[in-house]
Amino acid sequence: MYKIIKKQQLTENIYLMNVEAPRVAKSAKPGQFLIVKVDEKGERIPLTICDYNAEEGSVTIVFQILGFSTQRMAELEEGDYFNDFVGPLGQPSEMIYEDLDELKDKKIIFIAGGVGTAPVYPQVKWLNSRGIKADVIIGSKTKDLIIMREEMREVAGNVYIATDDGSYGHRGLVTDLLKDLVQNQGKKYDLVIAIGPMIMMKFVSVLTKELGIKTIVSLNPIMVDGTGMCGACRVTVGNQVKFACVDGPEFDGHLINFDEAMRRQTMYKSEEGRKILQEEEGNTHHHGGCGCGGDK
Amino acid sequence: MDRFKRVPIQEQEPQVRARNFKEVCLGYTEEEARIEAARCLNCKNPRCVGSCPVNIDIPDFIEKVKEGDMKEAARVIAKSSALPAVCGRVCPQESQCEGQCVVGIKGEAIAIGKLERFVADWSRVHGVELSEPAEKNGRKIAIVGSGPAGLACAGDLAKLGYEVTIFEALHEPGGVLVYGIPEFRLPKDTVVKHEIDNVKKLGVKIETNVIIGRTITIDELFENEHFDAIFIGSGAGLPKFMGISGENANGVFSANEYLTRSNLMKAFKEEYDTPIKVGKKVAVVGGGNVAMDAARTALRLGAEVHIVYRRGEDELPARVEEIHHAKEEGVIFDLLTNPVEILQDEKGWVRGMKCIKMKLGEPDASGRRSAAEVPGSEFIMNVDTVIMSLGTTPNPLISQTTQGLKIDKRKCIIAEEETGLTSREGVYAGGDAVTGAATVILAMGAGKKAAQAIHEYLIGK
Repeated sequence: MYKIIKKQQLTENIYLMNVEAPRVAKSAKPGQFLIVKVDEKGERIPLTICDYNAEEGSVTIVFQILGFSTQRMAELEEGDYFNDFVGPLGQPSEMIYEDLDELKDKKIIFIAGGVGTAPVYPQVKWLNSRGIKADVIIGSKTKDLIIMREEMREVAGNVYIATDDGSYGHRGLVTDLLKDLVQNQGKKYDLVIAIGPMIMMKFVSVLTKELGIKTIVSLNPIMVDGTGMCGACRVTVGNQVKFACVDGPEFDGHLINFDEAMRRQTMYKSEEGRKILQEEEGNTHHHGGCGCGGDK
Repeated sequence: MDRFKRVPIQEQEPQVRARNFKEVCLGYTEEEARIEAARCLNCKNPRCVGSCPVNIDIPDFIEKVKEGDMKEAARVIAKSSALPAVCGRVCPQESQCEGQCVVGIKGEAIAIGKLERFVADWSRVHGVELSEPAEKNGRKIAIVGSGPAGLACAGDLAKLGYEVTIFEALHEPGGVLVYGIPEFRLPKDTVVKHEIDNVKKLGVKIETNVIIGRTITIDELFENEHFDAIFIGSGAGLPKFMGISGENANGVFSANEYLTRSNLMKAFKEEYDTPIKVGKKVAVVGGGNVAMDAARTALRLGAEVHIVYRRGEDELPARVEEIHHAKEEGVIFDLLTNPVEILQDEKGWVRGMKCIKMKLGEPDASGRRSAAEVPGSEFIMNVDTVIMSLGTTPNPLISQTTQGLKIDKRKCIIAEEETGLTSREGVYAGGDAVTGAATVILAMGAGKKAAQAIHEYLIGK
């Protein structure tokens, strides 16, 4: 059992939790993820590690309510426990193995979309602790949904913000902002690291290919075990099949078959919807409340 | 009583069991067990014992069953095996103990597996206590993986007084016993849980949610947690795919994923959160026990199920009993058939599978008949779900993160056959991690041998 030490609501549907997990905290590195399971009957959900403190033995996760299980996670309070909390999983970010002097010469920009801002944070923080200031673009639908803005400012170089509705910062998409920085503001970047919704990572990769900037993305496919034993998370990278949980989750954005990856993400859409419906309406929908017999 | 005929065993009716996840085989009653036990000739030089990978004293325990002393029968088995209720159910006895039984020459071999199972079930129901924790000798052993190899090794070492900790990557201990073999062959809450509890009663600690190679490495276990020796029983859990076009379509699963969702995550039960895609018409590609398990699981979830296998009936690697059960339940066998492409609809879902007919050639050096494509025989199977059951290989995570641990071409850990010693001092390995996918009982045998070798190694130190 893994105790929730701290819970904080960041936006209407994004939560941060500090969880007691000494073994995970001790081994975690930027770019890795973990798997949580709420209770005995829960499913296993992958979440990118957002921060970790080895001395305290705690790990920070940030998640958005997207479906049944994240809803149940959000209902847990400080002092409650997760049944299972396993990690760190996946390969750490490539950059942590790079020669520090070479890394220092690189101009790096992170692009964070929505709740993806959380997993960007440990990477920017890691670079900052080694004297490297990376730029960051945070993309959000609207001002109220921006998370970790202040924390990011403490560890990043320039922090740019784009909101879809223009309620804060640049109005429009993160890709427009990146294009503007590179083409109009004379910024030069050697590396783009994008973490966020699959569709955002796809269009960032399309743009950076045009701009000729190496791009790393962190994929978030469906996972079950997270240790390489099932292949639920398989993705096509440069015409090779890879398991995101062991070979990734970070890959070269220019080599990924994003359309396939997005399609595979939808595999359980109807089951997911049914579960929420069942939760909200009890079993009524199962018995064909409308008289049509339903789909079961 | 016909001395050459075994006492038949009760099973759920095929039409009934094809719709539920309850155990197919109901097991012997006490009376049936005693009648079956009476058929045993109690050989002076029993051939059955030598072909049991953990060398259970078979005639001795059967003698006790015959006498009606089930407690003593359980004690005899417990001397050699930590998981009798499991092995009695899932061992391929026809090629092990029962395959060597003298009675089997003229008639039907003694139902050793079913008797072992009876004794184990009887002692569970009657609360027979077999585990007496030994006095601790102060030395610490780490076991990687809580499958049959790890459990057997842990049990034996605990009996010798070692302080044993098992590290398990998943949230439940048991390895393939919990994620792979379905409920209808091996009930989890009763049989598997009880046998794991017995190992725990010996004083073995099981730490779940720890992935060796990620959460902590083998080297760190020695350096930071001061273990005196380590046994790796991490299995062969990495699924193979065919590499054909369309294999990443929505609706294509590895058997491991399908079975993990159903068995470990209990997706077949309404009240559990993990979803599973049922499909109306399912093709399971492969012919091993795992393929049978996946097929029979899909069937129970309500699908029409086809086993697609490139060789013929005689070449099916699955146990005869499993094939027989699958057929009775209505699984359709499409033999001498091999997929060449998975077809998708406009949304990327499986809409069919292009297959080619195969023909068998002469046996090769290993005695296995080769299979060759019949030119121009392609046809399309209309299926909406494909489950790939083509075998598994060891996970390279441990070998990649352990200094000086040698592996072979198939990514199997290289270990001495008799002791399980690897290329690293103090590190032993056994089970599927060494041999590639094999059987539960062979893994247990390897775990026991390694336990003995670890004991000898530490005595000498």
